[in-house]
Amino acid sequence: MPSSFFKWISLAMVAVFLSGCGSLTVLDPQGPVAEQQSDLIWLSIWFMIFIVLVVFVLLTIMLVKYRDRGNNDNYDPTIEGSHKLEFIWTIIPIVIVTILSIPTVMTIYSLEEAPEIEEVDAQQEPLVIHATSANWKWIFSYPEQGIETVNYINIPEDRPILFKLTSADAMASFWVPQLGGQKYAMSGMETELYLAATEVGQYEGRNANFTGEGFAEQRFTVTAQTDEAFDEWVEETQENAPSLSEEEYMHLMVPGHSEEMTFSSTHLEFVNHAYDATYSLEKRAELGYEAHSPHSREGKAFDLPLLTQPIDTDKTYEVELDDE
Amino acid sequence: MPLRWDEFIVTGDPFILVAQISIVLTSIIAVVALTYFKKWKYVWNNWVTTVDHKKIGIMYIACALLMLFRGGVDAMMMRTQLAAPELDFLSGQNYNEIFTTHGTIMIIFMAMPFLIGLMNVVVPLQIGARDLAFPFLNNLSFWTFFFGMALFNISFIIGGSPSAGWTSYFPLASNDFSPGVGQNYYALGIQLSGIGTLATGINFIVTILRMRTKGMSLMKMPMFTWTVFITSLIIVLAFPVLTVALAMMTFDLLFGTHFFTLQGEGLDMLWANLFWIWGHPEVYIVALPAFGIFSEIISTFARKKLFGYNAMVASIVVISGLSFLVWVHHFFTMGNSAAVNSFFSITTMAISVPTGVKIFNWLFTLHKGKIRFTSPMLWSLGFIPNFVVGGVTGVMLAMAAADYQYHNTYFLVSHFHYVLIAATVFSCFAGLIYWYPKMFGHRMNERIGKWVFWIFMIGFNVCFFPQYFLGLDGMPRRIYTYLEGDGWFTLNFISTIGAFMMAAAFALFVYNIYYSWRYEKRDTTGDPWDGRTLEWATSSAIPPHYNFAHQPEVSERDAFWDMKEKGIDLNASTDYEKIHMPNNTWLGPVMAFFMFTASFALVFSWWIPAILSGVAIFVCMIFRSFDYNDGYYVSVEEIEETEKKAKEA
Ligand code: HEM
Ligand SMILES: [Cu+2]
Ligand SMILES: [Cu+2]
Repeated sequence: MPSSFFKWISLAMVAVFLSGCGSLTVLDPQGPVAEQQSDLIWLSIWFMIFIVLVVFVLLTIMLVKYRDRGNNDNYDPTIEGSHKLEFIWTIIPIVIVTILSIPTVMTIYSLEEAPEIEEVDAQQEPLVIHATSANWKWIFSYPEQGIETVNYINIPEDRPILFKLTSADAMASFWVPQLGGQKYAMSGMETELYLAATEVGQYEGRNANFTGEGFAEQRFTVTAQTDEAFDEWVEETQENAPSLSEEEYMHLMVPGHSEEMTFSSTHLEFVNHAYDATYSLEKRAELGYEAHSPHSREGKAFDLPLLTQPIDTDKTYEVELDDE
Repeated sequence: MPLRWDEFIVTGDPFILVAQISIVLTSIIAVVALTYFKKWKYVWNNWVTTVDHKKIGIMYIACALLMLFRGGVDAMMMRTQLAAPELDFLSGQNYNEIFTTHGTIMIIFMAMPFLIGLMNVVVPLQIGARDLAFPFLNNLSFWTFFFGMALFNISFIIGGSPSAGWTSYFPLASNDFSPGVGQNYYALGIQLSGIGTLATGINFIVTILRMRTKGMSLMKMPMFTWTVFITSLIIVLAFPVLTVALAMMTFDLLFGTHFFTLQGEGLDMLWANLFWIWGHPEVYIVALPAFGIFSEIISTFARKKLFGYNAMVASIVVISGLSFLVWVHHFFTMGNSAAVNSFFSITTMAISVPTGVKIFNWLFTLHKGKIRFTSPMLWSLGFIPNFVVGGVTGVMLAMAAADYQYHNTYFLVSHFHYVLIAATVFSCFAGLIYWYPKMFGHRMNERIGKWVFWIFMIGFNVCFFPQYFLGLDGMPRRIYTYLEGDGWFTLNFISTIGAFMMAAAFALFVYNIYYSWRYEKRDTTGDPWDGRTLEWATSSAIPPHYNFAHQPEVSERDAFWDMKEKGIDLNASTDYEKIHMPNNTWLGPVMAFFMFTASFALVFSWWIPAILSGVAIFVCMIFRSFDYNDGYYVSVEEIEETEKKAKEA
């Protein structure tokens, strides 16, 4: 019997929805940006459950009441429509869409500005971090602090962070779900994204936009620390980490994964990909790296290099074939 | 570049080897069988060169089913790979190629041809016409689609498939990051079939405007014909954008221009904009005809007129208009200004208004009806709750500030499968089963058909509903593997079980085709469902190539229902007149074949064969312009004989 099935499905859906949501990353925000988004999502979820229920109940009633029983006494084939009813179900969706549009637009505008942190009295200036995607790793520069990291970031809690996003090659998307929604990182341009964490902890971040072979593993961790711990880390890095030479940086332009790295200077001193779209291609060519069709013999022979620290600056990436 | 066979044929992968062997074997079997049974001439005369819209429609549907199989196998492989964390079933590169071809094939070579096939079979019959306005063009359209499909599919075994996603975003899709011929296949395969689609759009617009039978005003047209008409308008407006974008892509790939690349100030976002200016309306190209099919079926099996016909027409017109104003919702996260994102958020949400109107009109078509739960009706009723789930999550996605969190995740994957499968796939099954007796002279078995529906529908929900939660839990789309620590195992595993249920249902559906062909009773009435529209008025189960011996005259909306009520028998009179019909054509398939060889040569940058094929296409065109043969007359005797046979059956 289809009608009881629909009823069952709708009930099950609501049950699953209500039970499972608490632990879902996006609905477990750890900062004001993600919180605004999660509030908006919850608002929409309630409206949508309401709409789904209305339709499911109506459909069930129709199917039970008007199924062919041989001789339906309520059968009336002359009905063509009803202006009153049609007017009602045009107006109600318009009202719902309007109700949803208002908080949506407000949130869109609010996300363009540095988030307010409720827990603190004095709002701090945003900390600026440049995030650069290069196949398939993330490079983070802290221009004020003069340090750079690969595949991880440390941030202070309760302070807005302004990420300036760009890419050395394919278009990527910078996303730390528990801190806020994503934004694209594209070479030759710069996009900005505000995030903030209000709890000390570790959060998973990743590239969310497909960039080819090593995409699934293009991840990084965000560690939110107390102000003191963060300052300490900055100081220690400035003193102890090696500085980043352009030659080492060139090797980061070669497609491949990388371990976490830390430097006491930033690549912004010699290139900003937001203004130099082809830098990565030129450096790859200098290193002798060539892109091969994955189906050619060269392509098959080629393994993604895993870059580790320190980078082997002598290594070039030409492929050697056994029989040539 | 000298040709190297080890690069030309894809080697070194067991899946591809299996595919290569099975393709070669099937081809050999087909050739041997055709030769052995002496069927070459039959196939050539009755199918390849045909201009009969019903046969062309059947060929479209056959190809679409084959592509549903191919795309479905892709889907099963992906779901197997994702069933548990860190599986080694597919490599990253394999997975990327497979989801790319899955998406492209499902949208371009499955959904669209399936619906175009149904349109071809049904629309001329529904409006009481003898054929499409341009039968030759229709044949050519089919063959360009066919060869486009063939070109795209052989990429798998020759040269390597594209792997930049069905959206082929730049700069990833450029030679710098996607070396090899895969992207060339993408650009040229879609281009070739797109030409056919554009021509089909023009063909249907003219057909519907000019060839309606006496008395059928626009507002008396069946709902399916209305949706086909609006769809054709969208095709004609949207496809040129794709044509230009693909041409620019081809130039970037083959001739080193820099429209979209990193070099030369290329604009990656220009590609994204062009792609989605076509791509969003494309979603409605595969959804509106589906709405038409459901309207016909729900009204037939509720045994009632469609509720609010005028509002239904108005809503598709509004949807088609809005569909061109929403494309930016595919990249809210691109760093647009807040004003731009707000505008496109609101236009996108606005589409839910006319869509909601349609849903309620369908619901009230059931009101005070006498509902028969046949298998086409089950698919149509099953569409409603599933599509509503897809629709409301679409509204959630439309809220840009929230979309920053859903974008590029399984929430999106789930949403678009809810919309595409509930609307397009359900309607294709519904429509195929519904019009099956018209095409083949017998119904499909109802008992098996109901099993197919329930297994598919439950499997579909088991597969895709958990994916909303995966999305909310941060699982991005297009990843080929994930870690145990991500915590996505359980939901992914459930999802994979659902996928295999759908595959089982599809297998059962194919079995049903065989079973019904063997055992189902032949239909002699031409009207097995007690239908309402003119396609059921044709004289026999498989309509003769001229469709109607007497052209019907229409005075009401559900024209055939009206005739039945008034006791008018279209075939009562035996007073026939000769009928003018178009000739078959060998030029269509031959011309499309040369387009295929030209494109194939271009994929590998073989300039000389490409130019030669180009010349051959041109010669065909000249030939066609001097072709003054404009058809022939079906004699009165032949009509008498055909109609007598139909009545005796
Ligand atoms: C029959 C059951 C189906 C299953 C199990 C299935 C499964 C999948 C999976 C696993 C993906 C890849 C997700 C990812 O890695 O991001 C995918 C993507 C996709 N599917 Fe399906 N699918 C099915 C049917 C369909 C149908 C019928 C259509 C269209 C009419 C369709 C259109 C797409 C598109 C457009 C994509 C996106 C490809 C891309 O990201 O480039 N699918 N599907
Ligand atoms: Cu951009
Ligand atoms: Cu869209």
